[in-house]
Amino acid sequence: MIFEQILFFVAGIGAIAGALGVALLRNPFYSVLALVAHLVALAVLFLLLRADFLAAAQVVVYAGAVMVLYVFVVAYVGGTDEPLRPDSGGLLATLGPVFALALFLEISVAVLGSSLGALDSRGVEVGAGFGSPGEIGRLLLTKFLLPFEAASFLLLLAAVAAVLLARKRRGLEEPEARVPALSVSDVMKGSDPV
Amino acid sequence: MSTSWFVVLSAFIFSIGAAGVLTRRSPLVILLCLELMLNAGNLALIAFSRMLGNSDGQIFALMVMVVAACEVVIGLGIIVGMFRRRLPIDVDEMSELRG
Repeated sequence: MIFEQILFFVAGIGAIAGALGVALLRNPFYSVLALVAHLVALAVLFLLLRADFLAAAQVVVYAGAVMVLYVFVVAYVGGTDEPLRPDSGGLLATLGPVFALALFLEISVAVLGSSLGALDSRGVEVGAGFGSPGEIGRLLLTKFLLPFEAASFLLLLAAVAAVLLARKRRGLEEPEARVPALSVSDVMKGSDPV
Repeated sequence: MSTSWFVVLSAFIFSIGAAGVLTRRSPLVILLCLELMLNAGNLALIAFSRMLGNSDGQIFALMVMVVAACEVVIGLGIIVGMFRRRLPIDVDEMSELRG
């Protein structure tokens, strides 16, 4: 029990630190790396909540695949430091954190003040198969078959759209001007082939 | 650990993401902060799923992951397109998507 609490606080602090890193670091490249740390810490929290399959999917799909995409795009676009606002903090830059703090207090009060009786308990006892890949797969293929198929269609759509968005416009690229082949007579004359 | 701890942590991460979306200017970082918000929602879903002993919330979280992946792919495609056209990578300067 005490081990669970220590793990919760370590992973929770890691997740918060990663999130702060994403929002505050100036270089987008470091932001991506902070998000990877945040996702791994979140996967530990998922494990604490007995969501084994989702924890694995989080690490493999999110921290593994999606973040690689981010790293490639940041490297392509050029991860330059974001310049400070010229007027050194507009209205939004000052009001944004205030709004976020108000949002946090509002959600916390709303959730903790609700009459959900089970909120202060650890939850009901669950069997050994809770959150296992088998359980998730059974649910996906029986109760949630339609959302599952819709998700596969959505992924296909996104892949096609990404290719369309990122391709070069204006048709095919023009072939580069050919360097004329060096013929024997050119060499004999000693002239420049171009 | 009681469920309320997880929910409050999730609310905190969500607020950090919201602050990032409001204050940052680079669309890349805004997309990253959107990921933070989606992940905070996932954490709350899974916490409630554990509280009720019902796996449906985990399926919902999986769907959120799928939608987040799609959103990332489209967003990064738009950013690459902006970069190709030598447009400034800055949301304050971008106000339209018309090619």
